[in-house]
Amino acid sequence: MAAARLLRGILKELRLRSGPGPGATSRGPGAPIPAYRQSAAYKYITEQFRRHQVTSEKLCRAQHELYHQASTYMCLLQSVRQHLALHQEYHSKGERSSHEVAQLVGLKLPQQPGGKGWEK
Amino acid sequence: MLGRLWARVIAQSRPGLCSPVMGKMVEWRRQYPAAERKKFYQNVSISQGEGGFEINLDRRKLKTPQGKLFTVPSEALAIAVATEWDSQKDTLQFFTMHLTTLCNTALDNPTQRTKEQLIRAALKYLDTDTVCYRVEEPPGLVELQRSEWDPVIKWIENRYNVVIGTSTNILGPNIPKESKQVFEQHLSSYNSWALVGLEYVTHQLKSVVLSLNLIDRNLNVEKAVLLSRLEEQYQIEFWGNVEWAHDYDLYELRSRTAAGTLFVHLCSESSTVKHKLLQD
Repeated sequence: MAAARLLRGILKELRLRSGPGPGATSRGPGAPIPAYRQSAAYKYITEQFRRHQVTSEKLCRAQHELYHQASTYMCLLQSVRQHLALHQEYHSKGERSSHEVAQLVGLKLPQQPGGKGWEK
Repeated sequence: MLGRLWARVIAQSRPGLCSPVMGKMVEWRRQYPAAERKKFYQNVSISQGEGGFEINLDRRKLKTPQGKLFTVPSEALAIAVATEWDSQKDTLQFFTMHLTTLCNTALDNPTQRTKEQLIRAALKYLDTDTVCYRVEEPPGLVELQRSEWDPVIKWIENRYNVVIGTSTNILGPNIPKESKQVFEQHLSSYNSWALVGLEYVTHQLKSVVLSLNLIDRNLNVEKAVLLSRLEEQYQIEFWGNVEWAHDYDLYELRSRTAAGTLFVHLCSESSTVKHKLLQD
């Protein structure tokens, strides 16, 4: 069902946002609940989906509205994450120093024993 | 490097702020430090105050850049903003916090725009609406524009009982005055917060037709963004995709549009629960 897939998508995005967890696939019965499950967003989203699940109308306009809203939120979470990932990969490293740039093409900067004019 | 970061914070986080008023810019510089801010809190929570819902970062209440208390009218919006702040890692990346930015703009109104000014700013895009501008060649793109853009224009024309039309010349479509008046009337039914979001979405998509389709839930965000970037998509399929430019812009546009749409919906809805009796 499309709504179930949407819910799973949103919850997965929330889980990814809270960062890489301990990494254990199975948790023991005494293990603490992960932080993202206790967040307000998680509780709100699950409660909303549960509350609006049942409706007797086939073409429920409100259900369509809620579905659109949920898919908008999932798009927001997903695209912010992807945008940030691309930013950190391509646009966040800053500039190389002139020393590193010279090394890229296999050259070395000249040594000036007295220092350059503007250096102390 | 800091200058670039600063320009990016201003240009991308505060779209309504890129005004040529130097005095306002200087004021912003004093209140919005250009250096990277470290995450200075551990827990984010929301609470309900007199003006609405507030965000708490540890023990401190979140404030807008101008120093006002950050209050939003909707609980869902507050939770979404809290999630934005909660998902920051060691440094605060303000350019990813689109909902926070929109709330700050609505609360502070730094350029002091009235509802009429917002409506006029949004409808200004109608004269140069993306989906009304058609090319004459290459034939593949002409056909693509016709098959993808005609339906959304038709939908708007039917829904609002207006005439929009398309154009291939550089002056753009000739929108009749009655159509503009219909849109003006429709937009004035939104409150000023929702209008901030609506103008933002229109500015991102560069199209009133697409933003209305999106707000009225005829399109979802991905489709609206695709239609807005139709020619770019066509060229990408022909010449190839450059991840650090095309995908970067695509995800950024999607996140801004999604944030704006969500903002409009959350600021203009009032949810009521009608319990229907089961009849058997």
